[in-house]
Amino acid sequence: MKACGTVHKYGDNVDTDVIIPARYLNSSDPAELAKKCMEDIDADFVNRVKPGDIMVANKNFGCGSSREHAPIAIKASGISCVIAETFARIFYRNAINIGLPIIECPEAAKEIEAGDEVEIDFDNGMIYDKTKGTQYKGQAFPAFMQKIIKAEGLINYINQK
Amino acid sequence: MGMTMTQKILAAHAGLDHVSAGQLIEADLDLVLGNDVTAPVAIHEMDKMNTKTVFDKDKIALVPDHFTPNKDIKSAEHCKCVRNFAKENDITNYFEIGEMGIEHALLPEKGLVVAGDVVIGADSHTCTYGALGAFSTGVGSTDMAAGMATGKAWFKVPSAIKFVLTGKPSKWVSGKDIILHIIGMIGVDGALYKSMEFVGDGIANLTMDDRFSMANMAIEAGAKNGIFPVDEQTIAYMKEHSTKTFATYEADADAEYEEVYTIDLSTLKSTVAFPHLPENTKTIDEVGEVVIDQVVIGSCTNGRIEDLRIAAKVLEGRKVAKGMRLIVFPATQAVYLQAMEEGLLATFIKAGGVVSTPTCGPCLGGHMGILAAGERAVATTNRNFVGRMGHVDSEVYLASPAVAAASAVTGKISGPEELGL
Repeated sequence: MKACGTVHKYGDNVDTDVIIPARYLNSSDPAELAKKCMEDIDADFVNRVKPGDIMVANKNFGCGSSREHAPIAIKASGISCVIAETFARIFYRNAINIGLPIIECPEAAKEIEAGDEVEIDFDNGMIYDKTKGTQYKGQAFPAFMQKIIKAEGLINYINQK
Repeated sequence: MGMTMTQKILAAHAGLDHVSAGQLIEADLDLVLGNDVTAPVAIHEMDKMNTKTVFDKDKIALVPDHFTPNKDIKSAEHCKCVRNFAKENDITNYFEIGEMGIEHALLPEKGLVVAGDVVIGADSHTCTYGALGAFSTGVGSTDMAAGMATGKAWFKVPSAIKFVLTGKPSKWVSGKDIILHIIGMIGVDGALYKSMEFVGDGIANLTMDDRFSMANMAIEAGAKNGIFPVDEQTIAYMKEHSTKTFATYEADADAEYEEVYTIDLSTLKSTVAFPHLPENTKTIDEVGEVVIDQVVIGSCTNGRIEDLRIAAKVLEGRKVAKGMRLIVFPATQAVYLQAMEEGLLATFIKAGGVVSTPTCGPCLGGHMGILAAGERAVATTNRNFVGRMGHVDSEVYLASPAVAAASAVTGKISGPEELGL
């Protein structure tokens, strides 16, 4: 499995309230949530994002509320993978459970910049910054997590078993 | 190697004699919780599952509290979805608005959680029940769906940080100030993936409501759970509220902790978290002149009876500053009724405040107290992220009920001492 796209970059402690503000949680429709994704810290994100793009952030990405609407909004906006120095634990679980690939890699999170073209190989956890010509070794997904992601989430995975 | 209190509870629920940090386990669940925002997503996920029935109709709690009383048509549809699901599955613990409250105040009050339990909830503040000596943690909707269907959840056994609390807090210093102090000290990811285990003789000086507000905010330090030992106060609370059998666990003497902090509670001052992170803390003597527009007293963090008593003590015989909007929202119907019988609600209304039905509304910028651009609020809630209570250019300052009430009177962030109390 691979992902490839342009990077959207954010800082520390991106919380789920800014990923998808509570005022939009009266909907749980992925397409509707995607239209509001990142609105409170990057209002133009929804206009710039293209299918396959990659989100990169620093530490504690996805902190705060347990709303699964946050990874759902990111995934539905077209993002193919989120790279961060660290993820908040509930977001980490939720992302895997809904089939949004995420990778912890402090070096990549620090050095990759907005607009870089990045390719990720999920089988070995390698991250290639094609703009800078650099590469990083992130955490590879264990086989069962890859299966969950391929099945588009935990529920489908459980059903397939 | 010994086990922490959290590890012992997890081991018992996984049918294992011993677990260690990092180990992946599957644990039996005593309760699975969801609300009107997260449960509809979980119910939708359950619809996709081959298993359509719940594992135990008595071990699921559904509390529509976020956008209730229904704030708009979409919210009403979500609540209807939860209500229908509860009806179809004959869920024992579904709470309609007249019997409800904010979930994390409601569940302990209804006796649904006791010491030794393992609880997951599709709400990040599910960690609140650690105050009772239970392992409880927030999850997302998919985990909730899997939990409702199977009665099990997988966990990575957490490592832990130990907080040794000594001494007695001074008059206006509450559990809220202690937890804000701790988050200020270790940061919003200071306990990421870990347990926060509170121990020490200072705990005897903390009421159950203090402990609930501390365990509640463990998530604001990134923790998986926060947990208190079971003492006489815990047992008295459980006996008053629950008929469930409880089990007490203590950490082994040789349990491993990644860090140990000792905090003398008598040295702490009222503490305020400035925008836009709970870790941006200042003590009350450092806050300077911060003029505010709104004060919110309530939430799963600080909407219990003792919180309201403290606020009423500060507001008794006083008026809020001109132009100040004071919103008090008792956390449950029982707290509301008790506050009414004790005359606390009269004190709030006479002071120029409004009293709302229990709801999460203002805390998450849902409804019932949204801020406009440039406005500032002091709130006894738990998060002050960008746009949390409304406009992205509004600001939330987190504080205790005592500071919130005093600030409502002066119109700026103030401790009760400023009123001569």
